[in-house]
Amino acid sequence: MSTPIAMPVSKKPPAPVQKEDAMLLQKEMINSNYHDLAVAHDVGRKISATFVPGNLNELLMCFNFARSLPETNALQNALRKRTGKMIMDAERDGHSEDVCTYVKADLGMMLGGNLGPTGEPLPKPDVLLLSYTGCFTFMKWFELIRQKYGGEAIMLHVPYQGDGRIAPNMRDYVVKQIKDNVIPALERISGVKFDIDRLREYMRESQKAEENLVRVLQSAKHRPSPIDGYFGAVYYIGPMFTAFRGSPEATRYYDVLWSEVEARMRDGKGPITPEGEITEEKFRLVVEGPPNWTNFRDFWKMFSDEGAVVVASTYSKVGGIYDFGFRHDADRPLESLAEYCLGCYTNLNFPQRIDMICRYLEDYQADGLLINSIKSCNSFSAGQLLIMREVEKRTGKPAAFIESDLVDPRYFSAANIRNRLESYFQMIKQKRAAQAATVH
Amino acid sequence: MTTDAVAKIIERCQALYEDLDFEGVKRWKAAAPGRKAVGYMPLYVPREIIHAAGMLPVGILGGGDQLEVIQGDAYYQSYICRIPRSTIELGLTGKLDCLDGMLFPSICDVIRNLSGMWQIMFQGKYVRYFDVPQNFDDAIGGEYYVRELQVLREDLAKLAGADVSDAALRGSIALYNENRRAVRDLYAYRSREPWQAPTSEVYLVLRAGMLLPVEEHTRLVRDYLAATAAAPRPKRDNARVALTGAFCEQPPLALIKSIEMAGCYIVDDDFMLVLRWLLDDVPESGDPLHNLAQSFLHRSVSTASKFEARREDKGKYLVQQVRDTAAEGVIFAAPSFCDPALLDRPMLLEVLAQHGIPCTAFKYAENTGQMAPIREQAGTFADSIKLWSAA
Repeated sequence: MSTPIAMPVSKKPPAPVQKEDAMLLQKEMINSNYHDLAVAHDVGRKISATFVPGNLNELLMCFNFARSLPETNALQNALRKRTGKMIMDAERDGHSEDVCTYVKADLGMMLGGNLGPTGEPLPKPDVLLLSYTGCFTFMKWFELIRQKYGGEAIMLHVPYQGDGRIAPNMRDYVVKQIKDNVIPALERISGVKFDIDRLREYMRESQKAEENLVRVLQSAKHRPSPIDGYFGAVYYIGPMFTAFRGSPEATRYYDVLWSEVEARMRDGKGPITPEGEITEEKFRLVVEGPPNWTNFRDFWKMFSDEGAVVVASTYSKVGGIYDFGFRHDADRPLESLAEYCLGCYTNLNFPQRIDMICRYLEDYQADGLLINSIKSCNSFSAGQLLIMREVEKRTGKPAAFIESDLVDPRYFSAANIRNRLESYFQMIKQKRAAQAATVH
Repeated sequence: MTTDAVAKIIERCQALYEDLDFEGVKRWKAAAPGRKAVGYMPLYVPREIIHAAGMLPVGILGGGDQLEVIQGDAYYQSYICRIPRSTIELGLTGKLDCLDGMLFPSICDVIRNLSGMWQIMFQGKYVRYFDVPQNFDDAIGGEYYVRELQVLREDLAKLAGADVSDAALRGSIALYNENRRAVRDLYAYRSREPWQAPTSEVYLVLRAGMLLPVEEHTRLVRDYLAATAAAPRPKRDNARVALTGAFCEQPPLALIKSIEMAGCYIVDDDFMLVLRWLLDDVPESGDPLHNLAQSFLHRSVSTASKFEARREDKGKYLVQQVRDTAAEGVIFAAPSFCDPALLDRPMLLEVLAQHGIPCTAFKYAENTGQMAPIREQAGTFADSIKLWSAA
């Protein structure tokens, strides 16, 4: 095993951040979840780890698991500027520079003593629920953790929508796995008997929260948009996509969030950013691809400084596409869980992804598409240049392409990204001017 | 048989290897009206079903080091491996026009996404993402897989314009069983007498199986075995190595030759796993789809794209390969940016270390041109094996 290396810490004090009530509430929820994880074994609770896309949070709650999500651990560490060192530690431990940095940040965190983002320990999970949905790397990720630290991995294989639809065979396969493999294994590991009515109850809570999340996301159709559907949306999807969906806390969070957003919409206000409110909405964009987390605030500022508001994004659908109608359905719980897993964004095929982006451009009256291509994430990134061409061809709206990474600070080049964004905004302006000239 | 006989076989295989216009496929199609060909990418598709539909299965392994990729690069960022870009280049330059369909197996996110890109870029062709189960229970993954096989069978019947009968499937299974037996014999022979069957030759003989009709390929493998056995070659004091990680994007032939020139006998590998995915004969009577599914679930290779259900089984297959072939070390040769191979590598390295099996690792691309560093690394590895074994 390699010895972790020390990294220099920036001495520059961060500027104060503006936060809405819902953001503060979410922060409390996240901190409280990390605390639950830290003390879980002390109070006799078992710990599960599972991935965001296709996560079976309601089911895990039925077995009283404290719930950890490795991608969110990595991104929370990145927001706190800790992942550079973790990734380098993992690479020094033999992991290739070519592979996913979420994985390396997670393994690097473990090498460094497995302290979570809040500084409390993250004990070893008792079960790795491998929701193998839309990302090949997930499978290797949990094999790697299992190899190094033990624990049992339960595979939930979710077939890909290669034909652009959920065939009955696919749904039956996922349901059978949940029923015959996943539930018995979770019962055995947790020592808690499965109660389907308890699952139904959580799913009813999920549905309430999902309704409000959709209202929030679709508020961006309003002009000016009261939210940012990418940078802001990563906060809005937080509880829904992670350890809280199905809990009364999540329902309360989405009630608070929707009332805040509704009020902003009523008052004709723009989105709140860490630097303050966007008072003039100059550009409306759709964004494809995950954000960069290591320089999240700087990245957002590059948009907000220009009055650019993201009105819809595909990343905010990575843990479930609710805005096209899906809701957890307590009347057919296992089938509904299967459909949820099968329907996450990265489990859609290319024609579906392109259709969805074109629809967003139309429905949200966006000026164009921006793709943030992530080095770590082949599931998102492989083929995005074709997405760009196709969307431009079909909609006639300009598209642009920038590159960064999820949690590896070495792949965030602020100057390059800023230059590209400035050129892109210029292009949109010229296009508008040309259209105005044609109309007159 | 003489060395000439070997040379003639290898010359034919080399010509097939270099035929990026797929002239052989075009000739096969032209030989009878209505013939169709279906391409497939690594790792595994049940070629028996394509064959039973009267069509030619054609392995598409990228453009190698002979193809200049111009248009394909415009579709991919620098951090994506090379096989999808050279495959797109083959498609856009019309070299794959002879194919009536393409199958994209479940190997990684890049190939998965390429299936959707193909649907958009080559409309009118049959395109299918071929998903395989990661659950190996008969009643769960097995049932799912049989239905997937049935969908493929129905799709290909539609493309062929005729039903694919059980009898035809059984006949195809029997032919592919023969082919698998021949390939197994070839691997066993090379492992026994690697100086008689250098991997630079064996590789070409296997590659021919990506293009030739199965019956012809079986004959070719048998002919090669007979020809090389009849022409003794000098045995060298080389290190015996198993090569792993090269199951998708293929290394250039020069890289294989460089490893051999550096003093290694490659006694096992994971090139073109489709030829050996099923480890033994598929039963030739009974329900053919059920039989194919059973072989897939319970008698197939272990590789990076397949979930290892139990921690203690990770790397076991590779260690067994090393034992079975009396390999003295392992070379991890993985394509740059290959997620499955590179994510798997640390786990396999750890298992090999636990078993005291020496290994070395490097990356390549299908168009890697600089062989000196690889020759040096492989040479040092071979030397170190020889030193250790002498100690």
